[in-house]
Amino acid sequence: MPQKRISIRIDGELVSTVEGKTILEAARDAGRRIPSLCHMDGLTDVGACRLCLVDLGGGGRLAPACTTPVQEGQAVITNSPRLLAYRRVILELLLTERNHICSVCVANGNCELQALASALGVTSVRFPYRYPNLPLDLSRDRFVLDQNRCILCTRCVRVCADVEGAHVWDVKGRGIYSRLISDLDQPWASAASCTDCGKCVQSCPTGALAEKGKAVEEMVKQTWQVTNAAERKRAVL
Amino acid sequence: MIAAGEKIKLATVWLDGCSGCHMSILDLDEGILSVAERADLVYSPLVDTVEFPEGVDVALVEGAVSSLEDASKLQSVRARSRVLVALGDCAVTGNVPAMRNRLPVKQIMQRLYIEGADVNPGVPASGVPPLLAQARPLHEFVKVDFYLPGCPPDPKAILSVLTDVLAGRAPKLPAVKFG
Repeated sequence: MPQKRISIRIDGELVSTVEGKTILEAARDAGRRIPSLCHMDGLTDVGACRLCLVDLGGGGRLAPACTTPVQEGQAVITNSPRLLAYRRVILELLLTERNHICSVCVANGNCELQALASALGVTSVRFPYRYPNLPLDLSRDRFVLDQNRCILCTRCVRVCADVEGAHVWDVKGRGIYSRLISDLDQPWASAASCTDCGKCVQSCPTGALAEKGKAVEEMVKQTWQVTNAAERKRAVL
Repeated sequence: MIAAGEKIKLATVWLDGCSGCHMSILDLDEGILSVAERADLVYSPLVDTVEFPEGVDVALVEGAVSSLEDASKLQSVRARSRVLVALGDCAVTGNVPAMRNRLPVKQIMQRLYIEGADVNPGVPASGVPPLLAQARPLHEFVKVDFYLPGCPPDPKAILSVLTDVLAGRAPKLPAVKFG
């Protein structure tokens, strides 16, 4: 079915796109990067991290670009002092909520959270660090889950459920007590539904899910491979 | 403002850190010569001054605040310095020293100095400053004027900040990252 072409304005520039795309996709097609963390190409968007919030004008509430479809005549502001201020606050809150110690992290230098903080000029955190006491799950042979580094983006949850079809991961608890769990909140090694495919590890934007045996800075995620797998699967279906 | 030709008083301070940030200062290479032209290093682990002097123009502070001694040292650095720069991740975030924060100090001491000791088990009580319950970043104790994250911070970023301060400009931080 041919898709209807529509026009929207992104930061003042007239952009031609097609109905059904999200603002995030349309902006990227037009060469504009909107900061995001929980979005991953190939996965269903959930609007969890709020970094891609954009201004739809009229003084109304902000909308996540990853879950807001484009509409004819829409005027989107993707960057402004107000948006930057919110994005910085989000990153600072993520950094205080768990123990993100970049210098000793397997993903140091290859971490989407660290890279975004750098790109958006977060050089310090104004909120008191919580330094929570969080566990590691080392039970599995090939992979590690470090709750200290999890930002609850749920990319692992979605890739496991939608692409691998196993749905090992889920989130328990609420708010600041939310935790990633495998199967029925049991050690990862005893999660019978896990196929050991590693898609969750490659999808994780930080060092929360990593391959065992990697030292500091060694964990480079092959996110594109998961995206390819997801798109192949979508094409087949 | 610092008059032309006059040297500014530069200090560097080492709290709870590994001294890697100071190594990064030394890594300015020949850049350190242009700093030396405009600044006198009046206090630092690299010089002999015992007391932190009055009237310091710029203080670069490495390390988290982990002990009572760190906390009181930092207070006098703040009181006696015009510009205070948090140098490196420990000063900015707590970083590695803060990895102990989830454990009670008593438990750490027990593990290290009693269970972990081959000879003379016992928690040192004299000659060492008592630890605070947690190691925390500088800005939770005093006002910090500039943050220079990194573990260690890039020498180019240190030089850029120092060059701006020496020229009497407000420092413009180049792109930096934690870690």
